[in-house]
Amino acid sequence: MDAFHLARWQFAITTIFHFFFVPLSIGLVFFTAVMQTAWYRTKDPTYLRMTKFWGKLFLINFALGVVTGIVQEFQFGMNWSAYSRFVGDVFGAPLAIEGLAAFFLESTFIGLWIFGWNRLSERVHLATIWIVTIGTVLSAFFILAANSWMQHPVGYRVNPATGRAELHDFAALLTNPTLWTHFPHTILAALVTGGMFVIGVSAWHLLRGHETTVFRRSAAIALVVSLFATVGVALSGHLQGQQMTKQQPMKMAAAEALWNTTRGAGLSLFAIGDVGEGRNDLNIQLPHLLSVISTNSWNGTVEGINDLQRRYERMYGPGSYVPAVGVTYWTFRVMVGTGLLMILISAVGLWLLRRRRLESAKWFLRLAPFAIALPYIANSTGWILTEVGRQPWVVYGVMLTRDATSPAVGLGLVLTTLIGFTLIYGVLTVVDVYLLTRFARSDPPVVETPAAGPTLVY
Amino acid sequence: MREGYLNLETLWFALIAVLWIGYFFLEGFDFGVGVLLPFLGRDDVDRRILVNTIGPVWDGNEVWLIVAGGATFAAFPEWYATLFSGFYLALFLILAALIFRGVAFEFRGKGRHPEWKRWWDRAIFWGSAVPALLWGLAFANILRGVPIDANKEWAGSFLDLLDPYALLGGATSFLLFALHGGVFLTLKTDGEMRDRARRAAELLAWPATAAVLGFLTWTFFNARENGGTAPGVVRGVVPVVALIAVAAVAWLLRMKLDGWAFLATGLAIVGVTATIFLHLYPRVMVSSLGGANDLTIWNASSTHYTLKVMTIVALIFAPLVLAYQGWTYWVFRKRIGRKDIEEQPNTV
Repeated sequence: MDAFHLARWQFAITTIFHFFFVPLSIGLVFFTAVMQTAWYRTKDPTYLRMTKFWGKLFLINFALGVVTGIVQEFQFGMNWSAYSRFVGDVFGAPLAIEGLAAFFLESTFIGLWIFGWNRLSERVHLATIWIVTIGTVLSAFFILAANSWMQHPVGYRVNPATGRAELHDFAALLTNPTLWTHFPHTILAALVTGGMFVIGVSAWHLLRGHETTVFRRSAAIALVVSLFATVGVALSGHLQGQQMTKQQPMKMAAAEALWNTTRGAGLSLFAIGDVGEGRNDLNIQLPHLLSVISTNSWNGTVEGINDLQRRYERMYGPGSYVPAVGVTYWTFRVMVGTGLLMILISAVGLWLLRRRRLESAKWFLRLAPFAIALPYIANSTGWILTEVGRQPWVVYGVMLTRDATSPAVGLGLVLTTLIGFTLIYGVLTVVDVYLLTRFARSDPPVVETPAAGPTLVY
Repeated sequence: MREGYLNLETLWFALIAVLWIGYFFLEGFDFGVGVLLPFLGRDDVDRRILVNTIGPVWDGNEVWLIVAGGATFAAFPEWYATLFSGFYLALFLILAALIFRGVAFEFRGKGRHPEWKRWWDRAIFWGSAVPALLWGLAFANILRGVPIDANKEWAGSFLDLLDPYALLGGATSFLLFALHGGVFLTLKTDGEMRDRARRAAELLAWPATAAVLGFLTWTFFNARENGGTAPGVVRGVVPVVALIAVAAVAWLLRMKLDGWAFLATGLAIVGVTATIFLHLYPRVMVSSLGGANDLTIWNASSTHYTLKVMTIVALIFAPLVLAYQGWTYWVFRKRIGRKDIEEQPNTV
């Protein structure tokens, strides 16, 4: 272990933790806004109770998304100062714009929404939750613009005099084709995360016959959104795969454990191989399917790891350009597998609902709470695939991760903060899960009008 | 060497200064409320009054820090890289404090056990006290000079930050924020809590004035050899205004002119922070290993193209942000008293 590896672990841990909270926030605030809109339109108190119930769960989770996000803004400077110097001209802009245009919006209007029930008119108060929703989506957009540039750098050139990447086309950053597949994929995955959460919690209550009106309606909204969103995640993921085959063929080859360039390549379901030797010992495949999926053609050519490695050595000089194949391969399978399972859950749930059999299908209600874990697994493995699969590059084809660390930060310092952040985040996750579980099991508040609810909530 | 103040680099230096000034003005009082929490809050109702005075606004206030960080990354990447890799442990402590503090506001009312609240109250106190102290320490060090080598890399250790001048900077920010928070509470509470807040502020006013006087005088003497190139008149007037403002607080409080006292503590924070930036200019970090190693707005900045893009973005969004944040303070202008809290149990 050296400072470089610890810095990578730290980035992975802090970022995955942060992304435990973010998708649920984006998803739940959307559902809360939809429910409040339904209440505003119909004045049916059930919708108000739904808004308060899901809104509270959203807030518990939102707090952690905010505080873990502060670390994100600074850790590029802390552990990755060489990266920051090299890319700041390009990469700093979307981060700063995220703060100014999106994070200010979310953080200010969330205060107005929490404390504003009696101070604002119903219409203005409804607007505040929608503005928070828009803020979360804008936030995701600018952060993904920054990440997409690391995946597929555009709109810049490296100035030979300064040795730094310099922005020359800001519009290219925002129209990066990688961004426009990552963005819908991420937002839809966030809706799925919120959807599975609402379905799982509602199922828990319905199984016990609690507040069936509140939770049947909640489940109905979530099932409809989840079915569209899970299918949407799959479709946008498919576009990402095709794009990856062109932009980062090595990531695709590693994700498929495809060692040699192949025409009419099969889609691997299960492979065991020798990474050092560059071959598979066992590989169960669906013939031709990989070529079809990634090139839209039965006999399309998909490049293999060994061939790409030889090509990259010619382009970039000696060294290994192969990411951790095992991690890339298995995270891909886990992500796709959990994604398909969630399509199935949404479809079955919606079918039961339409047949008016949701509340009597005890087996479904018993299983659904476990589905809350699925989006977390899919989100995390998805990002691990995206980031580990890009290695050894931090900016694809431009800067190696090994060259990106802070020269001034030694092993002891990285280790200190690595332990510190891990402990802090670990403790907070336990508290968050405890609070979410407790409040998710509690009864929705009995409020007939918003004025009956509290205005000072801390 | 470039001259004059009409250039994008100077504009962004000024904008980042404004972001930090805004951050210290706003989060200054909510740090102050957090620091005063164990002293003014005698029972749980008291403590809930205190937390609810900043409830709707602390999160929006904290975004000023996020944007200051992001703007520094975008406009002066070398500054961002050197500062945060150099002040590594100090920044870690600040981040850890802000994390616990942020969740504490949200979580303290959501547990049944008294020990639960007690732990989160500790998190609010330490989560406010640590950054209140460390921000002053950090900015005093940026101006005093820290070991930065010819590659713009930090060449020191955490202990290099603990210099007497910097410690005085830390004491100054801590006392000023605590005072600012106390005065803020006289505007946001009523009844006995308001009197208690005023007494606390009166007690803090003189030590805060002494700290500001000491820190600005020391800064002035340091600056005679090493003071940057901002116009001398401004560099002379701003600290004097800050000093007059903080010195007036005790008197304004005795006259029960709470609103004016709040303006005065705010002006003192603005003035002290502005003094640091004015003495820095055109440098962004002073190197103790020789002026050739200083980071300046010229050798640390992004390209003009990026600065132009960022300027357009700032022109569009900054007025919007100011408008809706200002509106938030207007919406929540009402004072909070015991009656408001007693009517409303925690939402457990």
